[in-house]
Amino acid sequence: MSGFDYVISIGGAAGQGIATPGNILARLFARRGIHMYAYNAYQSIIRGGHSFLTVRCSDREVRTHGDSIDLMICLNQDTMDRHLEHLGPGTSVIFNSDTIEPGEAAEGVQLCPMAVGELAGKGANKLMQNTVAIAVACQLIGIEFSALADVLDFQFSGKSEELVAANIEVGNAAYDYSAANFQPASQQAPQPSKPLAVWAGNQAFAMAAASAGVKFYCAYPMSPSTGILHWMAENARELGIMVRQVEDEISVICMTVGASHAGCRSMCATSGGGFALMTEGVGEAGMMEVPIVIVNVQRAGPSTGVPTKTEQGDLWQVLGASQGDFPKLILAPSSPLDAFQTIPEVFNLADKYQLPAIILSDLLISDETSTINPDLLDMHPVIDRGELITEAGEEADNYERYKFTDSGISPRALPGIPGYEHVVASDEQMPNGVLISDEYTHPHKRRAMMEKRQRKMGGLLDDLPPPVIVGDSNAEVTLVGWGSTAGVIQEAIEQLATDGVVANHLHFKWIVPFHADEAVELLSSCKRTILIENNYSGLFHRYMRGETGFTVDGHIRKYDGEPFKPHHIVAAVQKQLGGDETLSVPYEEIIV
Amino acid sequence: MSETNTQLTLTAKDFKGKVDPDWCPGCGDFGVLSGLQRAVSELGLQPHQILTISGIGCSSNLPGFFKSYGMHTLHGRSLPHASGAKLANHEMTVIATGGDGDGYGIGGNHFTHTSRRNLDILYLVMDNQIYGLTTGQISPTSEVGMKTKSTPHGSVELPINPIANAITSGATWVARGYTGNIKQLVRLIKEGIEHKGFALLDVFSPCVTFNKVNTYQFFKPRVQPLEDIEHDSSDWKQGMEKAMVWGDVIHTGVFFKTNTRLTLEEQEPVLDEGGPLAYREPSLNSEQTERIVSRMM
Repeated sequence: MSGFDYVISIGGAAGQGIATPGNILARLFARRGIHMYAYNAYQSIIRGGHSFLTVRCSDREVRTHGDSIDLMICLNQDTMDRHLEHLGPGTSVIFNSDTIEPGEAAEGVQLCPMAVGELAGKGANKLMQNTVAIAVACQLIGIEFSALADVLDFQFSGKSEELVAANIEVGNAAYDYSAANFQPASQQAPQPSKPLAVWAGNQAFAMAAASAGVKFYCAYPMSPSTGILHWMAENARELGIMVRQVEDEISVICMTVGASHAGCRSMCATSGGGFALMTEGVGEAGMMEVPIVIVNVQRAGPSTGVPTKTEQGDLWQVLGASQGDFPKLILAPSSPLDAFQTIPEVFNLADKYQLPAIILSDLLISDETSTINPDLLDMHPVIDRGELITEAGEEADNYERYKFTDSGISPRALPGIPGYEHVVASDEQMPNGVLISDEYTHPHKRRAMMEKRQRKMGGLLDDLPPPVIVGDSNAEVTLVGWGSTAGVIQEAIEQLATDGVVANHLHFKWIVPFHADEAVELLSSCKRTILIENNYSGLFHRYMRGETGFTVDGHIRKYDGEPFKPHHIVAAVQKQLGGDETLSVPYEEIIV
Repeated sequence: MSETNTQLTLTAKDFKGKVDPDWCPGCGDFGVLSGLQRAVSELGLQPHQILTISGIGCSSNLPGFFKSYGMHTLHGRSLPHASGAKLANHEMTVIATGGDGDGYGIGGNHFTHTSRRNLDILYLVMDNQIYGLTTGQISPTSEVGMKTKSTPHGSVELPINPIANAITSGATWVARGYTGNIKQLVRLIKEGIEHKGFALLDVFSPCVTFNKVNTYQFFKPRVQPLEDIEHDSSDWKQGMEKAMVWGDVIHTGVFFKTNTRLTLEEQEPVLDEGGPLAYREPSLNSEQTERIVSRMM
């Protein structure tokens, strides 16, 4: 692939301010119109450990952190020791030579030692090495210093003018030193073009919910979902959203159901452990027919698992969430933009069919920072609240909350309207809301209510778009995926094409209800199928096989906590095409 | 929301639900239900203005027997449902109901946190010191030594003290009633509804089927209304002192109340203007969305 595509990795311990250079680079690239995607590998500690932030910048949209590192910034010795071996010819390593010893670099690796103490002089503080490193990085890829100065001003002006001046001064000195002493990178940043916006994955979920008209958001902090709570809390007053942090996830889901029943569009988010606590409430929303939207940001499990690592491990947890058999909607968006564009529709569907909707995100999507074209940020989606009664009408005093209808959808009256008083219950009930156990647990009434609720699934399935195959319909292999792996599968397909392998892509976003007939037709038309997922036992394959009876030819799975890189998939596909291997588990090179 | 000022004043029987209670004959909960129906009618409330939210258990069946908007939720979860609903529509009168097992056992965490949150909710607990719907096991308020199907040799665990718990957790109105004293009970329910803030009303509501200890005969000689003795309910220390009394004398009435704390709703600027969130226009305006996007650039 030609064009600008450059990967910068920054390593250090938690607490060394790794986020700041990451933010500076993100904004720098975005303002210049350069696409950026950042993935941070880190641990669940506040100080110490090892964090390794990978920022990929490109002149086209990129959805992965790439296969290799072009420039490494070492904020500590550990980074040098761990990762120097990953750098090859034509790459550079920037480090503070006051405190860090260079290691044995491969031939063609440019070492860029910076004597930070000397450069910073009297104004030195321990975070200045970050500014020094960023300035050198800019110089190496040909971004003029004034662009960096603008972002330093933006980054530090909230703190003090002195801090801005000191950082600009040391940055300038580092920039000049680099120009005089180091070879520029072989790839140079493109000329400025239309600026892009920067967002974090969780922000996309929160913004989508706000634009969909959420008026109640509730959460208990849990990585990696907490970013949604933070965005909501920060913007709550300006947007008129009630945002609460409460005692546990049981309270979270119950408050969400309570607020939705009272009339607000309501959402909550958590990770797998919190979702486990919520499950009784999921079934309650199904029984009461109260629309709610729940985001489960998956992390590596089971149990507390690896809180800062990614996995697609909760599929069967959400499939089986709560006792009983009830209508629900489950989907797994493929990117922050996909989540942003889909979530308003999810709210409309939850309202229309009066059921719980579960959105499966994962750390990979929710934790990423990336650029986004601001023209795509339409925050005025269609809001359709379905059959909602908000004022008294003809049915007053004869209202039946669970009236039998052909669609299974019964008009929902909001509390507060005279003449529409009714009780919703977690117990089975009759159309008028009276519990069937208050009379006789009449089997015919129970059957009728069960069928009324389940009828909604037919309409819901019709409203969901069927899956499609993207790419060459004559491909020799079809890569099948779901949720967050879409970006890396796409890039792997591009790489395979340069190697002469024609692959196409079948990706599933809508999981329950499932377009089984269409899926079977598509899968049967493929020459060879390989299913790629971020878990051990092929959770999606087991589900898909159950829905379709179709067994794929091969599998690529990763469950070490780190996401797939494109070359992992490329190598595994080639191996499977050329031999007998049907299950590939790629080896992770970066140890964090 | 509709106008209500032109409507007629209702009587207790206008708050009769779609079905009659299925409680055992003699159950204390009948008294609580009729006390509630009298209280709301005397306050001039209309059924559509009330949201009654219960958990699971004998007493949690109450919303079905009471005409209002109702939610009959999960075991132990009446308070978080009530809290979410109150925040979504803060103009409604929200009453959470349930039993001692529901509220102080499985729902204990919510009881503590809802108390300190101080939402304007009345929490009406029908306390019978037993699990009735599961046919008789100890509850969080069962006394030491109580023999039940799950404690055939007698309970060895201390009962919790809901009154003292509510006071220390930050509830701003804490009272106890007894179904054998309907006059006092109606007065307490009315006061609890009118109190601005979280109000706990724990009501002795004997289970005539499974609790053979804490019966009407047990309570009748013991209950002593605080209004009949010297008690300053604005002093939490006096409230705590009276809450700890359990023996030949057991106090009823208002143990503690304060109007010095704002409710959560009053402290939430989001609720200042525009009426209940539930009835507001859902979409954002361009000014709001442009600001959001500009901060991302």
